[in-house]
Amino acid sequence: MATMNMIQALNDAHKVMMRADGDVVVFGEDAGYFGGVFRVTEGLQREFGKTRAFDAPISEGGIVAAAVGMAAYGLKPLIEIQFADYIYPGYDQIVSEVAKMRYRTAGEWPMPMVIRTPYGGGIFGGQTHSQSPESLFTHIAGLKVVVPSTPHDAKGLLIAAIEDPDPVIFFEPKRIYNGPFDGHHDRPVTPWAKHSASEVPDGHYAVPLGKARVVREGEALTVLTYGTMVHVSLAAVEENGVDAEVIDLRTLVPLDLETIVASVEKTGRCLVVHEAPRTSGFGAELVALVQERCFYHLEAPVERVTGWDTPYPHSYEWAYFPGPKRLKKALEKVMGD
Amino acid sequence: MSDKDPKVTRANRPVLALHVPEPHLRPGDAPDFSAIVIPAAGSAPRPRTDAPAADTHSLATNLVRVLGDDHRAVGPWDPKIDPEILRKMLRDMVTVRIFDDRMYRAQRQGKTSFYMKCSGEEAIAIATAAAMDRADMHFPTYRQQGLLIARGYPLTTMMCQIYSNGGDPLKGRQLPIMYSDKAHGFFSISGNLGTQFPQAVGWAMAAAIKGDHRIAMGWIGDGATAEGDFHSAMTFAAVYNVPVILAVVNNQWAISSFSGIAGAERATFAQRAVGYGIASLRVDGNDALAVYAAVQWASERARANAGPTMIEFFTYRAEGHSTSDDPSGYRPVNEGKAWPLGDPLERLKAHLIALGQWDEERHSTLVAHCDAEVRAAQKEAEKLGILPQQGKDNIASMFDDVYADIPWHIAEQRDAALAEAKDR
Ligand SMILES: Cc1ncc(C[n+]2csc(CCOP(=O)(O)OP(=O)(O)O)c2C)c(N)n1
Ligand SMILES: [Mg+2]
Repeated sequence: MATMNMIQALNDAHKVMMRADGDVVVFGEDAGYFGGVFRVTEGLQREFGKTRAFDAPISEGGIVAAAVGMAAYGLKPLIEIQFADYIYPGYDQIVSEVAKMRYRTAGEWPMPMVIRTPYGGGIFGGQTHSQSPESLFTHIAGLKVVVPSTPHDAKGLLIAAIEDPDPVIFFEPKRIYNGPFDGHHDRPVTPWAKHSASEVPDGHYAVPLGKARVVREGEALTVLTYGTMVHVSLAAVEENGVDAEVIDLRTLVPLDLETIVASVEKTGRCLVVHEAPRTSGFGAELVALVQERCFYHLEAPVERVTGWDTPYPHSYEWAYFPGPKRLKKALEKVMGD
Repeated sequence: MSDKDPKVTRANRPVLALHVPEPHLRPGDAPDFSAIVIPAAGSAPRPRTDAPAADTHSLATNLVRVLGDDHRAVGPWDPKIDPEILRKMLRDMVTVRIFDDRMYRAQRQGKTSFYMKCSGEEAIAIATAAAMDRADMHFPTYRQQGLLIARGYPLTTMMCQIYSNGGDPLKGRQLPIMYSDKAHGFFSISGNLGTQFPQAVGWAMAAAIKGDHRIAMGWIGDGATAEGDFHSAMTFAAVYNVPVILAVVNNQWAISSFSGIAGAERATFAQRAVGYGIASLRVDGNDALAVYAAVQWASERARANAGPTMIEFFTYRAEGHSTSDDPSGYRPVNEGKAWPLGDPLERLKAHLIALGQWDEERHSTLVAHCDAEVRAAQKEAEKLGILPQQGKDNIASMFDDVYADIPWHIAEQRDAALAEAKDR
């Protein structure tokens, strides 16, 4: 067991899997010698050599396409897209090729690969370093979508993603790489070391895909969330004295419906929280599912807390970000109805 | 490895090996650029501006240089610029460098979130601006702040953009330095690399469709040439013989990746034009006169409907990629000082002195003047606030310009955001 922040935990997952499996290759922009702009791939080139951890040309389309070719050969590409905001040149390859290959070849060419990418705001990155495009991927049949929220889960989920036979888009909440975030941007950042989920087991362990985690048990309402917003939601629930059950979905596709339904049936109320824009966000899917599966248990309409339907505005970061005030209001609404 | 697949084994064949490019030097090594071939100033031939593209292709591996070691202009590319223009270029370069230093420091002081310098590359944008018409259109990257400064865009407004304050024409929406100004022929800088390159071609196509006289110039870094957009630009420019200049600023680095990761071990960036049948020039980017001459040549060619030109500006990124970067983690420190093509600002200054058109005293006066100008601009800008104070007022403006008109759902969200801002 070691204390790690999320970057170190992800790095450790790379090392564990690269040691165990010679077919795992890592590449991405600045991901080789330098170890990535967030340092997640630090030291891999030193340990595993230049042909297993290397810098890629600045071509997200090329990076994904090369991964397709490598997966077709039989390797397991573990690639980094420097920011989720820069994944779009690779979107055609992901949507048209990676996602559909198993299906269109009747299983002959599965695409086991992991596409890691930092996402989300809260770092004053402006519109091209802050986006949360997960719903552009959850909408695509054939892709699994994973979002960790702690160092412990980051390592375990990444290992599970690498071992998974299908392609996984692995969104890393960059705001909480170095420490959890309660949504109060004016307070000092607490490092992961103070959080129990920074205890990361040595060696191999998997946090299974498709399994949510109940972060806080409660009776009054169910909060469905993931990534950075797990911590923001938890803080809001405590601050407002609501006995909420907070569920960290961890995997968006496939979703842990069982955990969601059991919780909403127990609490009768539900709030969905994500940082991404509202319209056609993943929250819409969650609300629809809860409505379909739990309608007769619901005591109030399901609410959403989200980012606004605007590009991420640089100086209005905290007016955009779904922080404590937006959560408080929504909690009151769901509990009051 | 892929145990299901039968591996073809042929005893007499070599085992395949992957080549991963690696720069010659890494942190701890002494800077050494002796491997770079530098043709003498004045040695590159100058084809006619309406020559077939193929006549330029030997220049794709050459290097257009005008300023010799004696600081005099030499050879067929000498643009014979009026000293008044040279002095204007020098002044703009001095301003850019001081501006960069001040804004870098402002970021370090917590006054804004981010900044990017163009140190060592100042001549490229500045001499380009001098060589083109004021009405021509640029589709820049984040390292062409010199275009705005040379075209007289107010320094205070640039700083207001950097501070995202009330004087920011982009209303605090964009990351610092992602300027945009139609009146100065400066298209909105994108954070997404390469997108602007084919857009420049489209603008120039429109100018040609409408029988305009204005041309366009697209800009891209060495690293970003790997994006598909680079090739879209080249294809469209070649197919429609578009009046556009396509500039690759090869400053040797793309964050931590050296130019070899973008293909420079195999061919120059200028050579890429050969396959498209586009005229191609490779130019010493630290030689303001060579930059001017090349851009003037390409402009003349474009204006005469003789076709597009790709120009590779060969230069060196003398400092970190941005305020988020520390280059000592991937390249020798002080490489910038060892760059064999020198400092563009010092070279232009030495040329003016060699011409008898400048001296140290006038230079100190100029530096003091520019410094005072930048400081005064900064003071003005800071009166309107710095980044940490922003984002609280006029929250409704955040919802403007998503669409021409505000649809109901955004109006609802605007009202919610305003209510939220009032909540204690
Ligand atoms: C599509 C896209 N991918 C990745 C990035 C991240 N990124 C920003 S600048 C940069 C390096 C660009 O290098 P180069 O094109 O050589 O330009 P320079 O910074 O040297 O001027 C990278 C990888 C981005 N902004 N956009
Ligand atoms: Mg570069």
